[in-house]
Amino acid sequence: MKKVEKREPKNPMENILRMDRIPHIWCAGCGIGTVVTSFAEAIKKNKEDLDKLAVVSGIGCTGRVAGYVKLDSFHTTHGRAIPFATGLKLAKPDTKVVVFSGDGDLSGIGGNHLIHAARRNMDLLVICVNNFNYAMTGGQVASTTPLTANASTAPYGNYEYAFSLPYLAEAAGATYVARWTALHLRRVTKSIQEALNRKGFSFIEVITPCVTLYARRNRLGDGLNLLKYYYEQAEIIHGADTRTVDIDYQGKLIVGKFVEKDKPDYLTAMNNHFTNVLGDDYQLYGRINHEKD
Amino acid sequence: MKKTEIRFTGFGGQGIIRCALITGKALALFDNKHATMNQAIGPEARGSACASQLIVSDERVLYPYITSPDILVSMSQEAYDKYEPELGNKGILIIDTDLVKPKSVRGKVNMYSIPSTRFAEELGNRVFANLVMLGFFTAVTNTVSTEAMKKALPGLVPDRFLDRNIEAFDKGYKHGQKALLKTKKAAAKKPAAPKAKQKLKK
Amino acid sequence: MKKVKADPKGVLTGAHYLDGDYAIAEGGLAAGCRFFGGYPITPSTETAEHFAGRIPKVGGIFIQMEDELASMASLIGAVWGGQKAMTVTSGPGFSLMMENIGLACMMEIPLVIANVQRGGPSTGLPTLTGQQDMMQAKWGSHGDYEIIALCPDSPQECFDLTIDAFNLSETYRVPVFVMTDECVGHMHEKVIIPPAEEIDVVERKWYTGPVGEYLPYKNDKDGIPFLARVGEGHRFHTTGLTHDERGYPVINAECQKVNVTHIIEKIRGNADKIIRIEENDTEGAEIVVISYGITSRVAVRAVQQAKKAGIKIGTLRLITAWPFPEKRIKQLAKKVKAFVFPEINYGQMVREVERASGNSCKVVSVPHCGGWVHDPQDILDAIKEAVK
Repeated sequence: MKKVEKREPKNPMENILRMDRIPHIWCAGCGIGTVVTSFAEAIKKNKEDLDKLAVVSGIGCTGRVAGYVKLDSFHTTHGRAIPFATGLKLAKPDTKVVVFSGDGDLSGIGGNHLIHAARRNMDLLVICVNNFNYAMTGGQVASTTPLTANASTAPYGNYEYAFSLPYLAEAAGATYVARWTALHLRRVTKSIQEALNRKGFSFIEVITPCVTLYARRNRLGDGLNLLKYYYEQAEIIHGADTRTVDIDYQGKLIVGKFVEKDKPDYLTAMNNHFTNVLGDDYQLYGRINHEKD
Repeated sequence: MKKTEIRFTGFGGQGIIRCALITGKALALFDNKHATMNQAIGPEARGSACASQLIVSDERVLYPYITSPDILVSMSQEAYDKYEPELGNKGILIIDTDLVKPKSVRGKVNMYSIPSTRFAEELGNRVFANLVMLGFFTAVTNTVSTEAMKKALPGLVPDRFLDRNIEAFDKGYKHGQKALLKTKKAAAKKPAAPKAKQKLKK
Repeated sequence: MKKVKADPKGVLTGAHYLDGDYAIAEGGLAAGCRFFGGYPITPSTETAEHFAGRIPKVGGIFIQMEDELASMASLIGAVWGGQKAMTVTSGPGFSLMMENIGLACMMEIPLVIANVQRGGPSTGLPTLTGQQDMMQAKWGSHGDYEIIALCPDSPQECFDLTIDAFNLSETYRVPVFVMTDECVGHMHEKVIIPPAEEIDVVERKWYTGPVGEYLPYKNDKDGIPFLARVGEGHRFHTTGLTHDERGYPVINAECQKVNVTHIIEKIRGNADKIIRIEENDTEGAEIVVISYGITSRVAVRAVQQAKKAGIKIGTLRLITAWPFPEKRIKQLAKKVKAFVFPEINYGQMVREVERASGNSCKVVSVPHCGGWVHDPQDILDAIKEAVK
């Protein structure tokens, strides 16, 4: 039996959000909330069992997502959401585990975990909200900041080369890779739906406006201006070669579903391997399907 | 309290660590002794001189390392050169005849030698040299029982080679008995001879 | 606290000749650990290797993570997934685990970390012994918290205390350290593993209330909150931030006070139940030698010689280093002339003895850098000096 919440507010997402924690901390014009909306939409459309879906976040603005979704949700340490999620998934394989975090958390401090979870084809969906900077701490340069963009720790502009996250994820072994912007909400929803319906390591990058810091420091205007930029510069190329999807400062944004391939996920590979090698001595681990009790 | 310190030495790949493991397990599990085994690990355990140590006692072993071994088994020249000086004056020295050229035996050290590697090759594979050596060691030192040693083997040698290992052990053991007999005779013949190399310890 | 018998699948009943590292793995399996996330590091690797070999036939997960940060994080995830979890490491890896050890303390996660100590600092002496991480075990992560640390002195105790570590961790919802060292870790001795029905295992304190009403940090009568696991409909939240009983972040001093006081007091308040020490001949002793782990065995040799020399001497062995048995030390301090404390570091736990004994008696540290155990003669010399 679900606990009955206060019934007055008619927020369409109240079944999925912790209404007792709203209002959230995100700035006006921030794109994280829209990605959360897409996520909620995808869950609804997929008719996901909300009891068997967990969200793990690291630290940062996007790291707060875990605190707002009314699912089993874990707000962990900076950079370690993926290994935490790995333990969670392996300990309870019948639960779908979604890592919801930011670019700094996932590809900066947690970059090593990102590539290794992708390499293992761990059955996780990683939603990476990329706003090109460390926002929670005040707009510092990140591993995703485009060349020449200004950041508080790159006050004369950034001269470090940035990660192209889809390329990184694919090279490391991710079996589903997509990129969208905060403008492509329906596409984001669809990608999340697809990823939730498959097994293996899925990586969805969503480029979002950070109005308060990245946009202000770079004099890019407000949220609307950034959405206009996405509108003008985004080009959908499904199956694009991920080597070609780098992002230049205020340059072209190639988006789309870049990678989708079948490959046994970690647990399936483990069970298959041990069954082959050890035969009857092997204690088959975990329930393979997401079936309900 | 009777305490015996044993050091097995040789080069990497000879099964030196295994020697101490088998003997320790035999003593601890089947001969009702306290047996604490330690090994040098890390880069120094691979290649060149390799050593493992075993302390046997009627009571709990307190100090976990060897201070002055009562028994030194050497299966390589390098190991012999390195570890021989620390052998006690009344100790037992056991060497592989073909692999170690000993200096003159000092003090009241009893030396026994066996061509363990050659014997193992005669049995079909030199990997059994350590078991030949252990059989020999069991016969001449009287530290551990034959039964215990044989019981200790499963799990420490591959199952499919268990018989071959026992065969190697027996070969070494028989050679050890002969060596003992020879020593006894020699001792009886010239009991006062200072050069009597091989004398039973107890 | 609910005790059950060990799951026979994980119990390798019989007499074995094992080293301390292997015995830790067997202890974990016997205690019901079915998740091991680790990263190889000398001299602890054998534990991971042994667990990796055994677990497919027992039923569970061994995963070699990409580093120790990931290992610790995976353990916490695995516990929320419902498993009992452990890892093993040594100095440098222990340092890398510290941040997430803090998260485990804050989230109140039962798990076990074995540290097979080697000489430090930094890469130090990978293959040689040390007891230099004792203070790091207590204070290594930032902030105020309490943990439990046990110190086995033999492979047999590596087995026994790893089971105890799991039981304590489940009882108090706290990370527990098995602080052994290279010497014990690589020492082979006889290890008796009893039949499963003779091994008591503390079962997780599962939440059994109505679905959807689970509060991860609402204290039960005994002061310890219940644990639930993911995927059972509770849809709970937990965080490393200062939090209320719902697990929701509350960023203020009042909440911090409740939160931090709880994670400290659940251990300090139960210290008498947790602490285990082993005393010999302390009644009427002039000198008491305090030690732990391998050093306690070496110290006994010196004590035997001191007795022969006519010194009234006893020993006190710390089986739990943390929480520290300060009450007992305080009592003894009023009766003895001096404490002598050898340890394979430059004087760490001895500070606790100094603190607990005040000015009641002399406290003589017998420090020793990493690499080797003490020469018993050095301990004997310190005893003779102390008795003067």
